[in-house]
Amino acid sequence: MTLLIAWRNLVHDRIRFAITLTGIAFSTILMGIQLGMLLNFVHTISTVVDHAGADLWITAEGVPSVDLATPLQERRRFQAMSVEGVAAAEPYMLHFGFLKRPDGVRQIVIVIGIDPDATMGLPFAMVEGPSAKEALAEPDGAVIDRLYADKLGIRTLGETVEINSHRIRVVGFTDGIRTFTQAPYVFMSLAKARSFFYAPDNDIAYVLVRVAEGHKPEAVAEALAARMSEVEVLTAGQLAWRSQYYWLVTTGAGITLVSSTLLALLVGVVIVAQTLYASTMDRLPEYAVIRAMGGPRSYLYRIIVQQAVLGGVFGAAIGLAVIAVVVVFTRHLSSAPEVPLWLAFGIVVATMLMCVAASIGSIGKVMTVDPVKVFR
Amino acid sequence: MMQPILSARGLVHNFGEGPSAVQVLKNIDIDILPGEVLLLVGPSGSGKTTLVHILGHLLRPTAGKITICGKSTETLDEDRLAELRLQHFGFIFQAHNLFPMLTATENVMVALDLMGVEKDVARVRAHELLGSVGLGHRIDAFPSELSIGQKQRVAIARALAADPEILIADEPTAALDSENGLKAMELLQALARNSRRAVVIVTHDFRIFQFANRVLHLEDGRIVDKPPESSHSFGAGSAS
Ligand SMILES: Nc1ncnc2c1ncn2[C@@H]1O[C@H](COP(=O)(O)OP(=O)(O)OP(=O)(O)O)[C@@H](O)[C@H]1O
Ligand SMILES: [Mg+2]
Repeated sequence: MTLLIAWRNLVHDRIRFAITLTGIAFSTILMGIQLGMLLNFVHTISTVVDHAGADLWITAEGVPSVDLATPLQERRRFQAMSVEGVAAAEPYMLHFGFLKRPDGVRQIVIVIGIDPDATMGLPFAMVEGPSAKEALAEPDGAVIDRLYADKLGIRTLGETVEINSHRIRVVGFTDGIRTFTQAPYVFMSLAKARSFFYAPDNDIAYVLVRVAEGHKPEAVAEALAARMSEVEVLTAGQLAWRSQYYWLVTTGAGITLVSSTLLALLVGVVIVAQTLYASTMDRLPEYAVIRAMGGPRSYLYRIIVQQAVLGGVFGAAIGLAVIAVVVVFTRHLSSAPEVPLWLAFGIVVATMLMCVAASIGSIGKVMTVDPVKVFR
Repeated sequence: MMQPILSARGLVHNFGEGPSAVQVLKNIDIDILPGEVLLLVGPSGSGKTTLVHILGHLLRPTAGKITICGKSTETLDEDRLAELRLQHFGFIFQAHNLFPMLTATENVMVALDLMGVEKDVARVRAHELLGSVGLGHRIDAFPSELSIGQKQRVAIARALAADPEILIADEPTAALDSENGLKAMELLQALARNSRRAVVIVTHDFRIFQFANRVLHLEDGRIVDKPPESSHSFGAGSAS
């Protein structure tokens, strides 16, 4: 019966109902998009680390993010290979470069150079062209992501562009390797990449290490660090986190997203609290009758909380539907919110908590409802 | 002598405290007997509403005690008092205060829900109750679709839902025209007569005195023997 009363209360005033739903949906959508973007940023920032297949990354000291590499001498690789527990150690080049499109427009890119024979760090998620290995082995061969083909002036495979005045030919497309820095990744062979940047022959950016079976990455990292000075040895997870922390916390980008999510929650609470309170005030004489008849206060609380939660259910449903549409339509854009099921579930829970929080004021009101005052 | 359902002794009620306190009820004794229709009359401000609020345990007296079926209610806390109201009292107020977005049936079902009656049973019972107040044909109407008299009858059906031993009505006919007022009174009287239920009615309406078993006159917070400036004769004691 309380649920029926709650439902009829909710829909009784159409305009108020619409405001309530709009408020809740708005706040759900904002939460979903903001947190979805945040999740996308988290994944995007560390995508090349997450998919490289390396257990450990040897970096120059103080590298703040995987995209902001500083030179590392290649001899580190040979030092690493002699350390117990290292199964493989491969060079990884990473450098910002300028790409000149066929129409002359320049775009900043991140060039990643790896040996075609490498077992780690190759372009993943290849969808067009030969295998990654073959693509990098081709003369002038490079691989970019399909998401950025337009941006880089590439219409089909086989077209050529220039990077730092060197010709490259795009021979393969990946799908879904996004960049956080706005500079798309261009994969090519290590030798070619080195030749682009006047880098000393023996300079690379990272050494990727695969740990032999039966060895703990953390233990091998310690052994490597003990062997070498002026480098850091990070697990893939550590480098990913360091990169995420740099872009999202140090630059404030993530904090903005999180605080606007909280703001969305707050706006939702205020709107729901307002409409619920107004509806509760309207029903006060009836609630007083219930108290007079001997109904417990909890009966009235139940009505109010159920009313709030019902609003939450429908508002969140609308919000999730909109989020789903946004996710589907932005899927092929260079930045798109990611809303996996667990996040959608979390948003619904947050919305429900928001609605319950919003009912506190109304509960306070009915707590003091006194039939004697209403019926004098 | 018949055992009273409710017995009140030495009821005193003050509004306010200290020197500014106003004594509204002054040492009132009342017994309410099963099956009787008891009218409470008196000038405006004489304390009628305050008295029925206290009798109905909506308000605690400043002094005095009430016993129900021989048990004192003095020491009960808020929650126990609510339970007591649920078990023993039905209320009808001047304003009907029906939920506007619930049908007549659903409004009555709320009272049954408070009693813990299961939904399907409650629906059938609500239909019966509405039938008993002559609204069998309007069970699915919303309050906005009912006349004032019909709304008041829904409120009566709702007050009866818990089958209370004591029905308290504070000027139940004030909002009704005289014809509907009479009908409502007849209904209340029949409800008392057909059960051992007591009905306590606060009223200004002299025309309904004929329905009463007993009329109590309240004057400045006291029960007085006779109405000082009234030439009416009342039907006290003339019932079943
Ligand atoms: N909450 C209150 N605070 C102070 N005084 C009050 C309060 N409620 C009622 N009174 C006073 O108590 C007295 C009795 O009021 P009550 O409502 O019981 O009278 P009544 O007999 O029901 O009057 P009426 O016929 O006008 O309804 C009045 O003088 C009123 O002003
Ligand atoms: Mg009164």
